[in-house]
Amino acid sequence: MRTLVRPAQYAALALYIVFLGFPLLWLISASVKSSAELNSLTVSLIPQAWHWENYAQSLARQGLVHSAWNSLVVALASTALVILIALPAAYVLARLKGKIRAAGVGWILVSQVFPVILVILPLFLILRTIGLTDSLVGLTLVHTTYTLPFALWMLQGYVAAIPLDLEEAGSMDGATRFTVLRRIVVPLLAPGVVATAMFSFVSSWNEFFFALVLLQSPENYTLPITLTMFIGGEGKVALGPLAAGSVLAAIPSIVFFSIMQKKLTGGLLSGAVKG
Amino acid sequence: MPRLGGMERAKRREAIGLVMPSLLPILVLSVAPLVMGVALAFTDARLVRNPDYDFVGVDNFVRLADNSFFWDSFRIGMIWAVSVTLLQLAAGMGLALLLNSGLRLQGLTRVLALIPWAMPPVVVAIMWKMIYSPNAGPLNAFLGALGLPDDTNWLADFSTALPAVIVVGVWIGMPQTTVTLLAGLQQIPGELHEAAAMDGAGAWRRFRAVTLPSLRPIITSITSLNFIWNFNSFSLVYILTEGGPGGRTMLPMLFTYLEAFKNRNIGYAAAMGVVLVVVVVLLLTLYLRSQFRDEKKG
Repeated sequence: MRTLVRPAQYAALALYIVFLGFPLLWLISASVKSSAELNSLTVSLIPQAWHWENYAQSLARQGLVHSAWNSLVVALASTALVILIALPAAYVLARLKGKIRAAGVGWILVSQVFPVILVILPLFLILRTIGLTDSLVGLTLVHTTYTLPFALWMLQGYVAAIPLDLEEAGSMDGATRFTVLRRIVVPLLAPGVVATAMFSFVSSWNEFFFALVLLQSPENYTLPITLTMFIGGEGKVALGPLAAGSVLAAIPSIVFFSIMQKKLTGGLLSGAVKG
Repeated sequence: MPRLGGMERAKRREAIGLVMPSLLPILVLSVAPLVMGVALAFTDARLVRNPDYDFVGVDNFVRLADNSFFWDSFRIGMIWAVSVTLLQLAAGMGLALLLNSGLRLQGLTRVLALIPWAMPPVVVAIMWKMIYSPNAGPLNAFLGALGLPDDTNWLADFSTALPAVIVVGVWIGMPQTTVTLLAGLQQIPGELHEAAAMDGAGAWRRFRAVTLPSLRPIITSITSLNFIWNFNSFSLVYILTEGGPGGRTMLPMLFTYLEAFKNRNIGYAAAMGVVLVVVVVLLLTLYLRSQFRDEKKG
């Protein structure tokens, strides 16, 4: 019996690996194929010839670099804002008990299931009134607001893990509250802040819906929007450069994600279960 | 004693000061829009310059009740959300169990299992469009090599479009479910399994008697969250099919988006949003209640 179980398990694992991995390999393979090969009927994972110039072409075309720059600016700005405003709030959330904490944690959980479609309509009207539609500033504010709850959740978990005794020992030594925060709490929080920052960056970098609704002029497009413009005229599109651009767009997210993967294990739920 | 009260008050003031910077954007850009969105559903607002709109009571909802396109889309949304959620759970559970049973290649599988989570949904959609491509796509080439029909236009055929996007939905959402379930599996004490094995329970019995009951709270929460996330999902299907062919993949979020930003009927679209939210909350309450009741019984 035992001898049959292992091979069956490996067969199942192989299926998973193919299902999860093959699409990625295909995208990478397409990114170095010529258009002729991509449209031909002989289909093969290994390219007949390696056309690395697809990458150069994708970078040269249709403002891809410009929109990557826009994405980078929005992602960095919203990440900085998220950390800046979430850090003090997360500290309070983790250290205070009672109603504020319950309300805060409750709100974070509710916001995970927020009906974005209902929110976007008035949000669009509000931002239009203050002239922030079709603006990277407006998009940054929206990304900040919608990343904030999860960032708060992550950060308050890290704060809660710092023993209160450490802080009290600091105050006994006569340090002011601010000094205690700066000298003891912030350094211990650094890894948590890094993980949260990466999460915020990836959320903003990948985000599509708000960008689609809010941005109108091509010079403001973020990377995901520009990539969808590439698909537009089906057939006419140079698939090789499109695949190359897609690979490039995915790299920052994948790199950050693999660095912080250990911290995400269990994610929202492990926090919820462990309290 | 009064001094302590003063200190408490100062502490509270400090706490409010620290929370304010987070609270403000949430109130302005998230809570206020939600309330306004509900209010909008009772108006005839249109998305035009200098909007001028009136309160129309429940008119939008009455109209919506007769809008068969909306209910078709709603039905498609339910099929999509339920099947993606169930398949995510089944596939995620299988993978989590494999990752928890000491096989080789775990490192590789773990990395692969996380990548779909990290990738921009736009890139995922572009990638799967290539996989499904009718002429030069690898899926049809593979089927052709097996001697099966190899000319299916997966994303444009009335009967295959919805299943095809569901597969992509499972692909992109499976990692989070897997990772969550795996974390749960690793918290189950090994002694429980050993005791069951001593009693002569086979693998399947052990799974039913030990693993499932221990994972139950986690399964309940991850399926609830997945269901809501899937029901609210937009980007993936918008790029894969734009709701086509002939509305066969028109998820309610796409339908509402088009009503608001293409037809510019923003009040009517808000009413759709309200209906969607109410139904989802209702379904979820029923589900969580039944789970809670079973737990009490079990």
